[in-house]
Amino acid sequence: MSARRPLPRWADVALLPALNLLLAFLVSGMVVLLVGENPLHAIQVIIYGAFGYGDGFGYTLYYATNFVFTGLAVAVAAHAGLFNIGGDGQAYVAGLGAIVVALALDQTHWLLAMPAAVIAAAAVGGLWGFIPGWLQAKRGSHVVITTIMFNFIAAALMVYMVNRVLKPATTMAPESATIAVAGRVPQLRQFISFFGYSPVNLSIVIAILALIGVYILVWHTKFGYAMRVLGANPTASRYAGISNSKMIMITMTISGALAGMVAINEVMGVQNRLVLDYVAGAGFVGIAVALMGRNHPIGIALAALLFGALYQGGQELQFVIPGITREMIVVIQALVILFTGAMEGLFRPSLERAFMLFTPEQKAEAIAVSTTGSES
Amino acid sequence: MDFAIILSVLDATIRLSTPLLLACLAGMYSERAGVFDIGLEGKMLAAAFAAGAVAAITGSAWLGLLAGMIVSLGTTLLQGVAAISLKGNQLIAGVAINMLAAGMTTFLGQTWFHQGGRTPALGAGGRFEPITLPFANELAGVPILGPIYADLISGHYVLVYIAFIMVAVTAYVLFRTRFGLRLRAVGENPKAVDTAGISVNKLRYQAIIITGLLCGLAGAYFSIAQGSGFGNNMTAGKGYIALAALIFAKWKPVPAMFTCLLFGFLDALQIRLQSAQLFGVEVPVQAIQALPYVLTVVLLAGFIGKAVGPKAGGIPYTKER
Repeated sequence: MSARRPLPRWADVALLPALNLLLAFLVSGMVVLLVGENPLHAIQVIIYGAFGYGDGFGYTLYYATNFVFTGLAVAVAAHAGLFNIGGDGQAYVAGLGAIVVALALDQTHWLLAMPAAVIAAAAVGGLWGFIPGWLQAKRGSHVVITTIMFNFIAAALMVYMVNRVLKPATTMAPESATIAVAGRVPQLRQFISFFGYSPVNLSIVIAILALIGVYILVWHTKFGYAMRVLGANPTASRYAGISNSKMIMITMTISGALAGMVAINEVMGVQNRLVLDYVAGAGFVGIAVALMGRNHPIGIALAALLFGALYQGGQELQFVIPGITREMIVVIQALVILFTGAMEGLFRPSLERAFMLFTPEQKAEAIAVSTTGSES
Repeated sequence: MDFAIILSVLDATIRLSTPLLLACLAGMYSERAGVFDIGLEGKMLAAAFAAGAVAAITGSAWLGLLAGMIVSLGTTLLQGVAAISLKGNQLIAGVAINMLAAGMTTFLGQTWFHQGGRTPALGAGGRFEPITLPFANELAGVPILGPIYADLISGHYVLVYIAFIMVAVTAYVLFRTRFGLRLRAVGENPKAVDTAGISVNKLRYQAIIITGLLCGLAGAYFSIAQGSGFGNNMTAGKGYIALAALIFAKWKPVPAMFTCLLFGFLDALQIRLQSAQLFGVEVPVQAIQALPYVLTVVLLAGFIGKAVGPKAGGIPYTKER
């Protein structure tokens, strides 16, 4: 069987994901129809809610900031052939680093507190990624299982830390002390009134820097090359003299550190304190974002924006159409993962055949294949 | 702790281990056949919702159970199409299933029943009632053994007994039948099975069908036996604990039972205790909650024993052309 040719690059990078995405939306639309609502009206509401006015757009960007971080975390690991499903836990424990530094430095200036907290959050999140990486590299435990377990360990640890260590004696609610105004990451509405009351903050700058940083790291450094070799063929990378175990540990640390940036956005930019469960599944959205964005920063930025819009639009949706709750967004998210991730092979064979019909030298071959019926 | 308290903790242990055990055995069929399944949680959740919804509408626990098994089976087959036929990434398929179940159950629950995602509370007949084994009441007066029989062994839901019977059935099917041999072979070396003229994909589908049905039982247990109706995210990560138990038990039925009982015991303990004293040091309840996960990580890393899964696990089988 040699008839099948790989797809042209643009089709692989853009057309196939777009088709899969379209399918995900179509199925979601059918679910909306199923409960007796109009999917077109729902789309309208989502688009207006997400982009139609300043507040809404600000919220879209705020959600997208989180999804960029968790999406990059999944993507960096994926380039090295690792599936980091623990973004949620890494983002969660990173809050410890962020809050400790933020509370220590909140009498100074955010220009000092923010970079320091970024380092602390990256260190703690990175540690939470490093341990599964180390266990995979040195002890052979599967990183997927370990990161799942670490999500739950993180949840238990954080309940303990917030309730027993960080909670001031005077507060009843399970949350840390509040960060003083001087130590908070400024929200964009302080400079641009267009954003209304939305919580989008300067963390978005870190997100943009992270996108550029990952691009340079993966495609323009020796390390990134080694990472991709490892991801493509671990045996080849070992023969090429790359230390696979070292690469796995460093990659997982970087991945965890990226997920940890969610803590800056949430703890220092929005909540101004450490609360329970602030990650709210952003780590899992990161899987969808990375899959859709084909692990490339540009794709991830667009996918994060799309999911940010869905999350914000979804909030709007439940106010306008009471028949649809915001869980509809989780359904869409799941369908995107299903169709662009797990069922990626759904359209590929027929698309490959279709493309062959348009390339003259392959056309005859394609017809030959389809008439003899030897195609499987 | 006096005898009555020990008995009630052990009783709770059995009740809490049951869904873990059913899901763990479910995962065993799938993973032994070479299909990694991190979607146990989602399938249980979908089944719990379907069972709760149908039992609420029809007033019959058995119809609810049937609906739960059908929905779980459907979900499994969707996962199977992605992971077996389309050769997609099995782990990603599992993640998608979990998310789909979490979203759909809450969404449909709210849309259909308007109770914040809950299904209506079940009346008599809508949920399973505890079964009193023969002579339980008569023997309750016998010292020590009487209460053990009457409280601990008797008086559980039918699904509890099914779960423990399934341990023996699974052990027999996997290790004493031709189907079981082939199923394990397909997880270790699919090419050999293929060479012998047996369809790898067909066997894997058969395995996941069993997985789906058992997850259906596990899910239904939450909403129409242990609980009275479905609540948001009712399975609360139990599918992942079952997965942990499966690894901890090294993919073997009888160790799976003991692991699930251990994890169920930890759960029962943390419900009863807010914190415990161990050698004079206070152990926070969160530490007990995290223990199953920590134990699994430690075991998986080979610090105590070594857990090695089926060799062909996670790899879709491509027939050579």
